[in-house]
This record gives sequence, C-alpha cells and structure tokens, in this order.
Amino acid sequence: MATLEIHDLHVSVESESGSTEILRGVDLTVKQGETHAIMGPNGSGKSTLAYSLAGHPKYTVTGGTVTLDGEDVLEMSVDERARAGVFLAMQYPVEVPGVSVSNFLRTSATAVRGEAPRLRTWVKEVKEAMERLEMDPAFAERNVNEGFSGGEKKRHEILQLELLRPKVAILDETDSGLDIDALRIVSSGVNRVRESGDVGTLLITHYTRILRYIKPDHVHVFAGGRIVESGGAELADKLEAEGYEQYTKGVAS
Amino acid sequence: MPGADSAGEAVAAAVESSVVTRTSAPPSFDVADFPVPHGREEEWRFTPLQRLRGLHDGTAAADGSIKVDLSAPDGVTVETVGLDDPRVGRAGTPVDRVTAQAFSSVEKATVVSVPRDAVLAEPVRLGLHGEGGVTYGHTVFDIGAFAEAVLVLDHTGDTARAANVEFLVGDGAKLTVVSVQDWDDTAVHVTQHNVLVGRDASVKSIVVTFGGDVVRVHPRVSYAGPGGEAELYGLYFTDEGQHHEHRLLVDHNAPNCRSNVAYKGALQGETARAVWIGDVVIRVQATGTETYELNRNLVLTDGAQVHSVPNLEIETGEIQGAGHASATGRFEDEQLFYLMARGIPADEARRLVVRGFFAELVQQIGVADVEERLLAKLEAELAESIG
Repeated sequence: MATLEIHDLHVSVESESGSTEILRGVDLTVKQGETHAIMGPNGSGKSTLAYSLAGHPKYTVTGGTVTLDGEDVLEMSVDERARAGVFLAMQYPVEVPGVSVSNFLRTSATAVRGEAPRLRTWVKEVKEAMERLEMDPAFAERNVNEGFSGGEKKRHEILQLELLRPKVAILDETDSGLDIDALRIVSSGVNRVRESGDVGTLLITHYTRILRYIKPDHVHVFAGGRIVESGGAELADKLEAEGYEQYTKGVAS
Repeated sequence: MPGADSAGEAVAAAVESSVVTRTSAPPSFDVADFPVPHGREEEWRFTPLQRLRGLHDGTAAADGSIKVDLSAPDGVTVETVGLDDPRVGRAGTPVDRVTAQAFSSVEKATVVSVPRDAVLAEPVRLGLHGEGGVTYGHTVFDIGAFAEAVLVLDHTGDTARAANVEFLVGDGAKLTVVSVQDWDDTAVHVTQHNVLVGRDASVKSIVVTFGGDVVRVHPRVSYAGPGGEAELYGLYFTDEGQHHEHRLLVDHNAPNCRSNVAYKGALQGETARAVWIGDVVIRVQATGTETYELNRNLVLTDGAQVHSVPNLEIETGEIQGAGHASATGRFEDEQLFYLMARGIPADEARRLVVRGFFAELVQQIGVADVEERLLAKLEAELAESIG
C-alpha cells in the first residue's frame, strides 16, 4: 500500500536577507485511500509544504525525511517525484505559451506512465475526463493555462490528476478563487480519484468550504510551520466555528 | 523646448523618419561608394564587424570555393551571364558595404529561370556547400508571369560569403522560397535578398537560420505593380557564440499590396545574440496597403541577448491597415518546474516549449517536405544544444 511519510521536515527559503525557516518539523503519514486536510491561516507554511514535497527549487530542505513507499523523495528531481507518483495541483498554475493542452497532457502521461498511451484509447480517455469536468473540447487546443480563467486553471489541474493517477495527490488551495459551481465540479473530480482507492490525498486549504464536498478522514491544523493539532472531520467544524486565532497566538510568524 | 523631453522626441523622430535613408551611403553596386564601417553606423551597430573575416573592409580576397548543387525540374533553365544582363540588379541594389563588395567581386551572375505559365511539380533546389575561404555570389531567380514555383536554397559547410540574391516575380506568379542557413559554426554569411513582386503576384519567403558564426540576412521587398502580396517568415535558433541578424525592408511603393512579416527566434547560451530589424515603408502612392509585422523571441537561458526593432513609416493615410508587434519572452524557471512536476524531464520540457513556439510558423510554410525537413532540423538543433 502506497504510503507517504513525512518525518520532522524542516524547510527554509533563501533570500537576500538570509535564510528563513518556514517548516519547523512536520510529521505526517498519508496512506493510500486516505484523505488528509491541512488547514491553517495564511503564512502558516501550508503551501511551502506542498511545494517542498514536489521539489520546487526555491525551497531548501534543512532537515527531516520524506519517503514514498520507503523511497527517499528528497533525493529525487522534480520530474522523478512526479513519475514516482507525487502529484501537486497548484494554486497558481503556470502559463506555458506555445504548448497546447493536448500535447502537454500526452507528453506528461507518456512520462508518468513510462510509455506513450495508445492514441485511440487516449483520445477517448481525455475526452471523457474533460466531459466529466464540464470542459469544452476546444480547451484541448489552447495553450497551457494561457488566458485561462481561475476556474479553468483548476479544472485543468484536476484533469491532470485524473489522467496521471498518482499515488499521492497534494491539492494546494484548489478551492481558492472558485465559484460554487466550479467548486462542485472540481470536488467531484477529486472524489472520483479518491474513490478509486488508489490515491492518498493531501488537501491544503484555508477554508472549510471545500470540505463539504470532499470529506477528509483526518484534519490537521497547520500553524507556525508545523502541525499543531490533528483530529477527525469534527476538527474542521471546530475551525469553522472558532477560526484559527487560538493557534496563531504565541506562535512566531 | 529645451530639456530632456525634447531630446527624447528628437531621437524618436530620427528613428521614425529614417527607415529608408538611415544607411550611411545611398544604395550602390560599387563597393567604393561605401566607407569602411567602424561599427557605429545605424546599419552596422549590432553586427560584430571583427568577426566578418574582412568582408566589410576590403581585405577578404575571393580565395575560397563553394560546391554548387542545383536540381531543377524540366523546363527550368540555368544560365551564367555578365553583370550587364538586364535581369541583374533589377530587383534591388546593394544597401551596405558588404553586399556591394559582393557585387564588385563577381564577374558573372547565375540566372535560374522558370518560364511563363509553368507550374513546377517539384521544387528547384540550390545547395551551396562552403569548402573554406572567402566566396562571393550573385544569383537571380526569374519567375515568369503566372508561373508557380518553390525554391529551396540550402547553405552548409564553411565559408565567409557575401552574396546578392534576386527574385523577379512575374505578374500573377506564385513563388515560395525557403532559404536555410545551416552553416558550420565557423561560417560567415552576409546576404541581401531582393524581391520584386509583380502585379497580383504572391511571394512567400521563409528564412531559416540555425548555423554559422555570423549570419546576416537582409530580405528586401518592393512591388512592380498593384495587387502584390508578400509573406515573409523566419525562424532562427541561435546558440552559444552565434550572431544571427535578420533585417527586413518591405517597401510599399504600389497601391493595394499586402505584406505580412513574422519572424521567431529561440536563443540558448550566454553569448547567443540575435538581431531583428523590421522596416516597413508605405509610400504616398501606396493607398490600400495592408501590412503587419511581428517578431517574437524566446530566451532559453541567461545571458542570451536579442535586439528587436520594428519600424513603420507611413506616408499616406489611405491604407487598409498597418501594425507591428515585438516581444521577447523568457523560458522561466516556473514553467520548467510546472512541466517537470508533471513528470516531464527538463530537456523534454525545453523541447516541448521550443517546438510549440515554432510550430505555427512551420505550419505556415505549406510545403510538406520542407516542413518535415525544418522540424527535423529543429529536433537536431534541440538535441545538440540541450544534449
């Protein structure tokens, strides 16, 4: 069973004014089939956790370990992590001019699956996945994220999630900037992937709104660069009622 | 008014008014009419003169050789003529010292003729393979009225070459010309392409520059009558140590003509340099003109530099439309991260972006075997430079 294990992870960013530690000892285990919500106020380090797991060069791991089924993720390059089964749905997906969505998806699927998908089944697979996400077929011919609305970008991220079938899906504020219809469509995409039982999901969010559509097994409160409280779905209800204030008091920002 | 603002306006005005006149000497077939450039002249300020192997200062004796490989379908004739032949120099006159040097250094010109009304089933292919040393050349392609032809000029090997190439496109004729600069990395190539577009004729020029140490291609288009159309496309892939310069002039000197210019370049390597100058003049008589020019550059690595200068000079308001655009983008670390985060290795990611960048231009060519060849070249270039 696929398991992502994060142990005592410390991460810093380098800037002109020196090194700043953002993650201060994160411990988390995400097993296949589980959904973990990570909730926390702005600046708590949630996105840093997401990007560090994906291997963004901006972040420097200064301590701790991350393994996927025992394999050292931190030793892998960004593309190796993706091929090993780590998927990051980004909060701000990047525009790639000149590269069409269809070309991008096929290149990515070929890389992740280790062989080019058969053209006929692939076309059908993409078409059906796009229909489920209520995406216009013309979308496939547009350039990656170029001129996409916020909702289109997020649907495109979830389309990739459905097609690449990772072992661990990290969804970084996938709900931000979505209206209620888009949130419903995107959430049902995530749920289809979860229901396969093959993926462990790390749902990073500021708001509890998305948890009405995607029910987590575990909820973790993130503050000051680490998990400060863990519980079941009921913890989200508490956060909904009480906010993050009790966790941010006395924690260095 | 004194002050910084008026100085700025003066500079702007000088640029605006000088599209045709800003060269340091008027056009001439005689090299003696051009002073030896020192590098600060408008037409030379981007070019590394010291790398021209003497083409610019009279020290480059024609001591080299070039292997010519011409294949043409039946009906096409090839002649060697004296410079007094009326077809020589008809499409244009050298506008800088190096191309004037080329004219002054040759005794004969090659004329390739496609007869009137002929529709060629196969392209005319002219391969020039440099075998070292300095070479000069003058070639005229004379396309008869209502003829349809595809020309492919292919430059390979090593030489320091200055050349003039003329295209006389007869009334109602259709010409596609592809010029591929696939030289060895040591070659120097300075050339002027003069295109004279006949009444209701159409010309599609595709300039593809991959190789060479210094390559400077100068396509110039004018119209022999109304209704002509010119499409000028270019692709360049400029690597470490290379200087690729494309200067274009479209002289709208006849009414109801169209022109469309689109050049795209990718640069890779700290010392890669590309220059694109796009000049369009719409003369007072050229009513009904429609023109657009575009230059896009993709900088793949730090240090590579592009100079992109579009100029539009309009002497009549009675036109259909005129515009230009120039932009230089970088292949950003964030784009690379995004593609890699989807499992795509870094070299494949870069290839995907470059291929996508050029794809729409390659599709414009409309000649299947040429398109395939260019894609293959692009792949080879990418494979070589990404390694």
